[in-house]
Amino acid sequence: MHAQTQCAAESVGVVEPQRAHFDAPLALKSGGTLPAYDLVYETYGTLNAARNNAVLVCHALSGSHHVAGTYAGKKNSEGWWDNLVGPGKPLDTRKFFVIGVNNLGGCYGSTGPNSINPATGKPWGADFPFVTVEDWVDAQARLADRLGIQRFAAVVGGSLGGMQALSWTLQYPDRVAHALVIASAPKLTAQNIAFNEVARQAILKDPEFHGGHYYEHGVVPTRGLALARMVGHITYLSDDSMDQKFGRSLRHDKPVFSYDVEFEIESYLRYQGDKFAGYFDANTYLLTTKALDYYDPAFDYDGDLVAALGRAKADYLVVSFTTDWRFAPSRSREIVYALMHSDRRVSYAEIDCPAGHDSFLLDDAQYHAVLRAYIDNIEI
Amino acid sequence: MSYQRYDYDVIANWIEPGERVLDLGCGDGSLLRHLSTVRQVRGYGVENDPERIVACARNGINVIQIDMEQGLAGFDDGFFDHVIMSLSLQAMRNTQGILAEMLRVGREAVVSFPNFAYWRHRQAILNGRMPVSKNLPYQWYDTPNVRFFTIADFDALCEQEGIVIHERLAFDEDKVIVDEPNFLASVALYRLGRAEG
Repeated sequence: MHAQTQCAAESVGVVEPQRAHFDAPLALKSGGTLPAYDLVYETYGTLNAARNNAVLVCHALSGSHHVAGTYAGKKNSEGWWDNLVGPGKPLDTRKFFVIGVNNLGGCYGSTGPNSINPATGKPWGADFPFVTVEDWVDAQARLADRLGIQRFAAVVGGSLGGMQALSWTLQYPDRVAHALVIASAPKLTAQNIAFNEVARQAILKDPEFHGGHYYEHGVVPTRGLALARMVGHITYLSDDSMDQKFGRSLRHDKPVFSYDVEFEIESYLRYQGDKFAGYFDANTYLLTTKALDYYDPAFDYDGDLVAALGRAKADYLVVSFTTDWRFAPSRSREIVYALMHSDRRVSYAEIDCPAGHDSFLLDDAQYHAVLRAYIDNIEI
Repeated sequence: MSYQRYDYDVIANWIEPGERVLDLGCGDGSLLRHLSTVRQVRGYGVENDPERIVACARNGINVIQIDMEQGLAGFDDGFFDHVIMSLSLQAMRNTQGILAEMLRVGREAVVSFPNFAYWRHRQAILNGRMPVSKNLPYQWYDTPNVRFFTIADFDALCEQEGIVIHERLAFDEDKVIVDEPNFLASVALYRLGRAEG
């Protein structure tokens, strides 16, 4: 038995985002080009002299570069994966140099639909080119070049972030040692695309969307965006967890026969929807859900995922959650079996956690024990 | 532990260097670790116990968390050279199903199990108590074992299922038992194959 040195986990503390500007045009999978762009990112820990301890954390639909730590003077500003990243945490910043990047098309500072289109001097809006998982990875690779990182010790992501981690190992097989693909899928199912389409229609049909150029009209399609978020939220929770949290609890203790909030779940969804519409960009939501829909690394291989994974050289940890029906365990197993049949080293854990898709953001003991055990073995 | 090392050495002797090996019920992955050291196998383990999954990850073993009772759907036919089940068959409900699955995804199967007809076990039963021993370390009320069978039973099952026994080794502790294995051996190891055609 190894001696277990269990140290109290700490926060990475106060962090500040950084910005990198890129002048070289980026060719996109859609055929378009971004002439120049900015990427906003954060780093935690220290890049070692050998530059081999870097770990890239990829964000999902509504995430950002702010993975861990807090912002000075800002309450409740913990990063979205703060429970994972920090000194003594499973992704230990005493060993690793961790990077979070806001993806292209995002709304947290990287070039996106609300940035100025140099050709028109106005916000890109709906003219912002379609960006894909592969494009994001290409942009992240350029940031890695800029930071002097030739090869990542690991690329980590949940959900859409897991797709980026997987894609890294296919686009840049020599630049990734380990990929941690969590609560993800090799491609979306029709049902999953259907949820995204409902969300998009809610935005596209909002009268204040103005064909995606709402910035110029000084309005925001908040109703559509809130509705999109409500649909999403339903799919991120499990039936059980929603039932446990809200059940059929009523605001007024008895039905009052109104379309105002009566059931607590209605109140929760409206609150989440309105909150989200207050800070997220509708065009980013549209673009990002399309990136999810389009992702399919086996598409160019007649649907043969094993063939698609033939280029990969990384080792993998795949994790899913029993109650996740948006990215169900069976979808993760598809990745696992394809990797195994490609002779890749792969481990797979199916975590019994009640919280549905959102489980990947929580600190379930078994989940974090698996991550810690795997990450501890990553050699640098 | 001495018994376990012996089990490992027998299994290692049945495996060629560089083979693809699947270990069903791989525990903390120590057998696969041994096989990757002495035979440089490409090994994968299957487990469904959360703590053992963590132990495998800590041991740097490829482990896949699934419930074997559901079979090995998702594993391609004949992908593995050897599929091993070391001292776990007696804890499986779907005995015939898993044996068929092992020989579907593997060219050969390696199975070891405690022999319930071992003389000390017979003696315990004669004395009116369920056997508890090194290889059957559980009480009747807390045992994970659900199938109680003997070397003779297993031979008969292989015959019935058309499974070819390529080799069989029986042991009492780490001593090879040649005569009367169903009486004198506490554990048996089998190397199994599919019938031709």
